[in-house]
Amino acid sequence: MTEQLQITPEKAVSSKEFTVQERSQFQIVLRRFMRHRLAMGSLFVFILIVLFAYAGAALWKYSYTDITPDNSMPPSWEHPFGTDNLGRDGLAKVMRGLQQSLKIALSVAVIGIVMGTAWGAIAGYFGRHVDNLLMRFADMVIILPGIAVAASLASISQGAWWSIALIIGGLASANVSRLIRGLVLSLREQDFIEAARALGASDSRIILRHLVPNALGPTIVSATILIAVGILAETALSFLGFGVQPPDSSLGLLIQQAQSAVNTRPWLFYFPGFFIILIALTINFIGDGLRDAFDPKQTRVRR
Amino acid sequence: MTTVLKVQDLVKHFPVRSRGVVRRKVGEVHAVCGVSLELEERKTLGLVGESGCGKTTLSRLLLNLIPATAGSVVYGERDVLKLSRKQMRPLRRDLQIVFQDPFASLDPRMTVAELIAEPLRIHGFYANGGREKVRKLMKQVGLNPEHANRFAHEFSGGQRQRIGIARALALEPKVLLLDEPVSALDVSIRAGVINLLADLQQEFGLSYLFVSHDLSVVQHVADRVAVMYLGRIVEIAPTEALFTRAAHPYTQALISAIPVPDPRKERTRRRIILAGDVPSPVNPPSGCRFRTRCFKFATLSEPEQAKCVSEIPALIDRGHGHPAACHYAEAAAMI
Repeated sequence: MTEQLQITPEKAVSSKEFTVQERSQFQIVLRRFMRHRLAMGSLFVFILIVLFAYAGAALWKYSYTDITPDNSMPPSWEHPFGTDNLGRDGLAKVMRGLQQSLKIALSVAVIGIVMGTAWGAIAGYFGRHVDNLLMRFADMVIILPGIAVAASLASISQGAWWSIALIIGGLASANVSRLIRGLVLSLREQDFIEAARALGASDSRIILRHLVPNALGPTIVSATILIAVGILAETALSFLGFGVQPPDSSLGLLIQQAQSAVNTRPWLFYFPGFFIILIALTINFIGDGLRDAFDPKQTRVRR
Repeated sequence: MTTVLKVQDLVKHFPVRSRGVVRRKVGEVHAVCGVSLELEERKTLGLVGESGCGKTTLSRLLLNLIPATAGSVVYGERDVLKLSRKQMRPLRRDLQIVFQDPFASLDPRMTVAELIAEPLRIHGFYANGGREKVRKLMKQVGLNPEHANRFAHEFSGGQRQRIGIARALALEPKVLLLDEPVSALDVSIRAGVINLLADLQQEFGLSYLFVSHDLSVVQHVADRVAVMYLGRIVEIAPTEALFTRAAHPYTQALISAIPVPDPRKERTRRRIILAGDVPSPVNPPSGCRFRTRCFKFATLSEPEQAKCVSEIPALIDRGHGHPAACHYAEAAAMI
């Protein structure tokens, strides 16, 4: 205690000049995000869902492939999410479905955003022929009936989750690229881009340090939408029989399998549906918080 | 005096294209037409002219930010305009620019520390002692280093312009182009920025090209002044000479419009009021570009007027002490 009090006056004065610690952009964003209560709450719930899907599946006594003697059971202590007509445990299947759907949905968002941002930023920044070429290609991808293309491509890869994510993400990136291109077109005419050029910044620096960060708000919004798109597209593909293949499972596939039993075994339908809604909600709130955190002009303190 | 930057016959024409798929070239905006200038070491050259006369285009051309149509900009025995972007990079350390609009020329996503560090990072000087350098620069331009974490939008206009100046100074340039550095600022903070620029010139031995449309500011800061009208330099003279013995009618008109803080003098002195607008730079007048608005042109005899219409007046000394681009230039005291 006595040691802490022994501050010499000179030291106290000199350290006073830099009382505000220099923070990196990442630290500033992190602090802003932490203040966003709804986003932090959603992040907490989302982490719980992920833990439930992975740790839960490892701890639970049934595997999603196990066939138990109790078929078509409503939820009970033995089978909290009930069982289907073959006696497979609902909880185990939902956890497995969550794993697959989360993997696919997050990969779709990451692939779609990374590809789409690069695609749109390059087209918008370089303009002219590059822009024409890349955007006509984007138009071509957009007019393709996505599900049909995804189905035919997925049938080649036989429903591996990463190939489904790659296909849906790739197709979605065409839409993202159009959005980013529009933003970059208006951003690149701004004075601060010319200022960067006058300093001698390279094209890649201008794109990565100036254009992409300034387009971040809409990018994050479209990322959260892409997660929902990922889950829905995967559901549709599974329905057509080209997505995740049974006996493996995904949230979309579970709902599809349960649709004929809405009246007789509604529990098969409710639980995966509940998780789809929960994921979509939490991701949207997290995205909301991220967007606010990345926007330096957003000064309103969220509670 | 040694010349640091020599501009010779610089021309920039922007194409005007038709609408539609083919986008034929239907005309040209004559933004800068045959401008020659010399920047002297440790001196300030003022460049004045009204909106749209090509001042900003000229400053962009000097930095090779937009391709020139013709002419040369020689810095250190090298023609800047012939260099590729990559070859240009080492030269950018010596030639820097402060932009007119301190609101638009700073990336809204970057903190002040990052903004000022950016030139150091681009040229690879940040690794050793970059943070200290940023702090020092902030102090030099009169910003509190404690505010390094703030974003540009959290500052006032004058402070932002100081950030812009710190950015330009970070690489220790030799030549600084000031593109209307104070015209976006309130009058109350102009003096602060102008004095800062004067101090920095002393301290770092900078050469300035001070672009402005405000003659009284230029009178205060410049050693020599060039007057621009519709893409051409019409008169160039030491500041003192320009304000006491302006020879070109356009310069005379500009100077007569400066308010004088003495009501009695203000009432008695001659005011020249120019009629009409600046002609379109797509289709500039033949011969002397100023003749359509020239008060002197109206008083000339017919054969004299014919000369104004047919012959482009050269920027030469016609016996009044400094170059002026008027066939009938006469020195006159306007204040």
